[in-house]
Amino acid sequence: MITSQFQYHKASSIEDAIQKLQNEEDAKLLAGGHSLLPMMKLRFAEPPYLIDINDIPELQGIDLQGDTIRIGAMTTENELIASEILQQHCPLLVEAAKLVADPQVRNRGTIGGDIVHGDPGNDHPAVMLALDANFIIQGPDGKREQPANGFFLGTYWNEIAEDEILVAIEVKAQKDNQGFGYHKLKRKTGDYAVAGSPVMLTLDGDKCSDIRIGLTNVAPMAIRATEAENLLKGQEIDSALIEKAAEQVIAACEPAEDLRGSSEYKSHMAAEMVRRSIQDALQRARS
Amino acid sequence: MAKHHISFNLNGKPVEALVEPRELLVHTIRENIQLTGTHIGCETSHCGVCTVDLNGKSVKSCTVLAVQADGGDVLTVEGLATAEGLHAVQQAFVEEHGLQCGFCTPAMLVRAYRFLQDNPDPSEDEIRWGMSGNLCRCTGYQNIIKAVQSAAKKLQQA
Ligand SMILES: Cc1cc2nc3c(=O)[nH]c(=O)nc-3n(C[C@H](O)[C@H](O)[C@H](O)COP(=O)(O)OP(=O)(O)OC[C@H]3O[C@@H](n4cnc5c(N)ncnc54)[C@H](O)[C@@H]3O)c2cc1C
Ligand code: FES
Ligand code: FES
Repeated sequence: MITSQFQYHKASSIEDAIQKLQNEEDAKLLAGGHSLLPMMKLRFAEPPYLIDINDIPELQGIDLQGDTIRIGAMTTENELIASEILQQHCPLLVEAAKLVADPQVRNRGTIGGDIVHGDPGNDHPAVMLALDANFIIQGPDGKREQPANGFFLGTYWNEIAEDEILVAIEVKAQKDNQGFGYHKLKRKTGDYAVAGSPVMLTLDGDKCSDIRIGLTNVAPMAIRATEAENLLKGQEIDSALIEKAAEQVIAACEPAEDLRGSSEYKSHMAAEMVRRSIQDALQRARS
Repeated sequence: MAKHHISFNLNGKPVEALVEPRELLVHTIRENIQLTGTHIGCETSHCGVCTVDLNGKSVKSCTVLAVQADGGDVLTVEGLATAEGLHAVQQAFVEEHGLQCGFCTPAMLVRAYRFLQDNPDPSEDEIRWGMSGNLCRCTGYQNIIKAVQSAAKKLQQA
């Protein structure tokens, strides 16, 4: 299986890549290539020009400054998993990366590619919503900040222009009164989610002062279960309240029926992932 | 389309090739350099039978462009055995019956080799997780896991 013909350019810097995006018609960035190349082989995508961004140092690396963690867009899944900074300060991202694809894919696939690609089955977008992440995006006119909240507009449709590059992701280090939960239902190892839910919860005494519930693969793009969040915020969470939140999750889902199941099944599974993630998050925030 | 002249180390020996940008690494290895130990199964990044080692990491060579291997280090199943005989991982697959038809085996071996470099003393769960990018349609995996366990022991004693 082979792709259409294209020209290949290895970009030496972010500026070089942006210039090529501007000058070469329908050019595409090549990150890990594990969504783009399969699509090109199936001829769902036929970009005439690929800009390889694997050798740009500014897109690599994970560092902690104050309480902000900066993750280069070209950080691979396996680098996320191995990162001591993330294990200590953002374990949700580590647990999510462990459930993406398989070891070989995780050696190539990048967090930036996963966020920008636009398949509702991608796991990082919902995680970014739960973490309230901030994206650093660079274009011809310089850098801008873009909250994850509001970035995901639809399938293959994000708040990023064709001549812009996602440079880095910023997330806040997890605090002592916070806890995360992450559950992803899949048919087999390496598969995309039937439904998945990352949850980030903040406690103030016994009350939940803040909660963010992300949902993967149950809508045209990653979404938050906002109604469920509102129900839980300011409350002491017990199982009755979690049940009510689960009902709101089902109402928020609009999954497409496919080989992974019917729309109804997927919505119910999403609710179950949320129940489990909230319970884990509560327990972790308390301990 | 302009072809690219690439060179890389394959199993420790320098090789060169003239490739179109769209040529996949697995095609260069099999058709250009004619080392056919690396197999092609799904060609859509799922089965893992095209797994090779690129710069010390397991990758699916059907999902890496040949131009991306330029200047790199590639290891295929042909690079495992030495003049002294089979590699410990290969020997373990023979002894534990870690294969039936053999189609998935070259990639299983290259993956097991890299996995044990990264994690020399793995638990069974870690082996299952570490080998989960490689599909086998024959064995039911049990003997593959046993072979990796046995190879780990051998390599630790060596
Ligand atoms: C067998 C298999 C199983 C998988 N399972 C999962 C799974 O369970 N969960 C999951 O989330 N994903 C899964 N994936 C997808 C995988 O994680 C991809 O690696 C990921 O979706 C895309 O990242 P990439 O680095 O490979 O990007 P590419 O494929 O290189 O790029 C994807 C798209 O994003 C654009 N892009 C990439 N980087 C940037 C950037 N920095 N700025 C702007 N645009 C950019 C590209 O131009 C392209 O349009 C799977 C893939 C395979 C092959
Ligand atoms: S041939 Fe199946 S993953 Fe490469
Ligand atoms: S031995 Fe036949 S596919 Fe694995």
